[in-house]
Amino acid sequence: MNVSPSLDRPPLVTVTSDGLYCPAGGFHIDPWRPVARALITHAHGDHARSGSQRYLSTRPALGLLRKRLGADANIATLEYGERQSLGDVTVSFHSAGHVLGSAQIRIEHRGEVWVVSGDYKRDPDPTCEPFEPVRCDTFITEATFGLPIYRWDDTRLVAEDVLRWWDGNRTLGRASVLFCYALGKAQRLLGELARLTDREVLVHGATQGLVEAYREAGVRMLPTRLVSEVEKGTSFAGALILAPPSAAGSTWMRRFGEYETGFASGWMRVRGNRRRRGYNRGFVLSDHADWPSLLHTAKETGASRVLATHGYSEQLARYLREHEGIDAAPLSTPFEGETDETED
Amino acid sequence: MRRLADLYDALDSTTSTNAKVDALVAYFHATPPEDAAWGLFFLTGRRLKRLVPPKALREWVRELTGTPEWLFDEAYAQVGDLAEMIALLLDQTERPPEPEELPLSRWLEERLLPLAGLSSAEQRERVTGWWHVLPRRELFLFNKMLTGELRVGVSDTLVVRALAQRSGLEPAALSHRLMGTWAPSRAFFEQLLGPDVSDGDRSRPYPFYLASPLEQPVEGLGERADWLVEWKWDGIRGQLIRRQGGVYLWSRGEELITERFPEIAEAAASLPDGTVLDGEVLAYAEQQPLPFSRLQRRIGRQKLTAKVLAEAPAAFMVYDLLEQDGQDLRPLPLRERRARLQALLRDRPLFPVSPSVEASSWEALAEVREESRARNVEGFMIKRLDSVYQHGRKRGDWWKWKIDPFTVDAILLYAHPGHGRRASLYTDYTFAVWNGEELLPIAKAYSGLTDEEIGRLDRWIRAHTKEKFGPVRSVDPVQVFELHFEGIAASPRHKSGIALRFPRIARWRVDKTPRDADSLDRLKELLHVPA
Repeated sequence: MNVSPSLDRPPLVTVTSDGLYCPAGGFHIDPWRPVARALITHAHGDHARSGSQRYLSTRPALGLLRKRLGADANIATLEYGERQSLGDVTVSFHSAGHVLGSAQIRIEHRGEVWVVSGDYKRDPDPTCEPFEPVRCDTFITEATFGLPIYRWDDTRLVAEDVLRWWDGNRTLGRASVLFCYALGKAQRLLGELARLTDREVLVHGATQGLVEAYREAGVRMLPTRLVSEVEKGTSFAGALILAPPSAAGSTWMRRFGEYETGFASGWMRVRGNRRRRGYNRGFVLSDHADWPSLLHTAKETGASRVLATHGYSEQLARYLREHEGIDAAPLSTPFEGETDETED
Repeated sequence: MRRLADLYDALDSTTSTNAKVDALVAYFHATPPEDAAWGLFFLTGRRLKRLVPPKALREWVRELTGTPEWLFDEAYAQVGDLAEMIALLLDQTERPPEPEELPLSRWLEERLLPLAGLSSAEQRERVTGWWHVLPRRELFLFNKMLTGELRVGVSDTLVVRALAQRSGLEPAALSHRLMGTWAPSRAFFEQLLGPDVSDGDRSRPYPFYLASPLEQPVEGLGERADWLVEWKWDGIRGQLIRRQGGVYLWSRGEELITERFPEIAEAAASLPDGTVLDGEVLAYAEQQPLPFSRLQRRIGRQKLTAKVLAEAPAAFMVYDLLEQDGQDLRPLPLRERRARLQALLRDRPLFPVSPSVEASSWEALAEVREESRARNVEGFMIKRLDSVYQHGRKRGDWWKWKIDPFTVDAILLYAHPGHGRRASLYTDYTFAVWNGEELLPIAKAYSGLTDEEIGRLDRWIRAHTKEKFGPVRSVDPVQVFELHFEGIAASPRHKSGIALRFPRIARWRVDKTPRDADSLDRLKELLHVPA
């Protein structure tokens, strides 16, 4: 096992009851409680929580963060790659390819470099900047899908599948209700489908505001309309409706008449997951790195040490240690639920 | 095999009964009979005998994909299905862009079944070769067939309905033709949908008629005099066939069990030819049924030694006469069938006719029902005397009025991940009761909670895990559950010294603390008090 030189120094990032903390820089990363200074990797609710005194994020994430944290939040931004000194360290944001404005956070302290990946993926996504590999000594990687059963197909093929499903339901005079997370997945689907068709898509209220934020950032997507703006009495037969998973089984669904349901998520890779939730169709589409990407990225950073967090962190770390010869360990965080239902 | 894959997807992606039947009808229309016969074989829940040990399949796929054993086990706990696990792991290898399509019957007859005679090395070479060329969906189905696990998840009723639509035949006739063992061949499938009714197979049983649980007050059934009431015997429901010199004993699961019960088979040889009886295989001595555990011990034995036969002698308690002199009696009223049955079986001690319980009113009957446990029975069967012998579980004419189960309050000790739909959830539980200050496991149970409760318990288990043993977790022993079970027997194989029959979860007792859970002593008392 490699012994990293950084082991001789105090760690640049530690786990505290508030989340990841950089003592030398005096800031938290994606804290789950209010803190003095929070660096935010991306705008998903489990990473961007309100109540902190000062926030720092990427500029492309600003619009989404405003929606999440409120108009009064004190948010400063940096461009990707732009450096800023905080305490004794220098920080910069580097694209993570997860959702619009998502970033890895690079922290440099007297020649030692740590990178916190946040959530990331390596697959192309027309709605956000691609992942940028950053060389570092210690890489804190996510491990949401850290098992070898998780591999993603080419996104374009998945989009074609979605379109085929929609067309099939149209032929049968049914609506297609596709559940997907309101931030990231919905826009990615709208972006991918825009390569294949120009039809209008109906969206749930929780999704529409975020779609607008993406449009303001210049992302090309299919035209959308709010479900609630569809005139009373109009048939939904043949429509595609994007809705957050929480809408499944709610009374909101009643208006669609005869419909089929689908869910776009990495968890749909396993048949039991789809059947358990009772969706007609599962589309395997994730904004997280799959197993090959996790391994590839860990190696590509050149890190002599990898700390894995979120999801299958123990499994990923053990594999890196035993089969890739990388000094790796799980970084357990106290508030983390286990893998299963996390946003992806 | 592509057609079967399409059908599988269609059935898998809908909950609508009509859509399922439509998909089945389309499949039976489009598929050549020799392939449809195999499709039907799997659709009706039949399985291939295991051709390759699952352990070997695991090893091969791990070697092919460079997956260490511990990682395989971790991932498998999420997938819960070996066939799917293999398909997911192999998904990294390149597949031919235009895969060869081989009809299902040829896959089975030319490739899968011949594996049985091969050495492990030859099996490995062939199976891994097919693994490399099969498209993903077919790969999954292929693995399912290989592991003998292919179940498609449609009921026989739906399959029969689709065949009836396809052929124009009566569903009842079709389900009869589908009973017993048959070879999935072109000839079989053509005969199945053909007009001919002179059934070739002399061993073929009739579809069983099943009783529905009585959920309303028994008085709601109307006049007591219109009903036959029998004890609900606790054995193996069976059908005994005596035709053309042969004797066949079928279990309700359509398994031939003739050889497991030689004394019954021997006695049946003296029945008149063309006789079919519906009844219950019981452990039986001195005109009394013995507890089910005695019969169970016998079922578990590989070899039927003289000692085993003496310890648990079997008899066939007869309910009904389905065929006499080769004539199907099912359309006759029960009253008439029963009269014929009694005349036929006079003085045949191994074929006692299930006696009628002669309490004159429902009220008196309820009182007699209290004797059930002492009599080693599960309550009453209530059958309308005018009823014809139907098939399947049709409500209205046959009811089972079971006694209340035993209950115990036990503590959740271990959790295991489920399978299939419930993989990646902790759904299988081990429960314990107090033995002094220590907790002793007494039962495993995995049914009885709602999906919502399972989800809640799953989250609790993850947050309160004490130790992990591979996929199994021990948890803080604080959650109390009310379990129901049907019987209890002494068992030297279990550390607790007892074995519960049909344990299942009745309620999550969030109102109880671990100290409120039962003790082993209380359970052991039930060993001696039957009622």
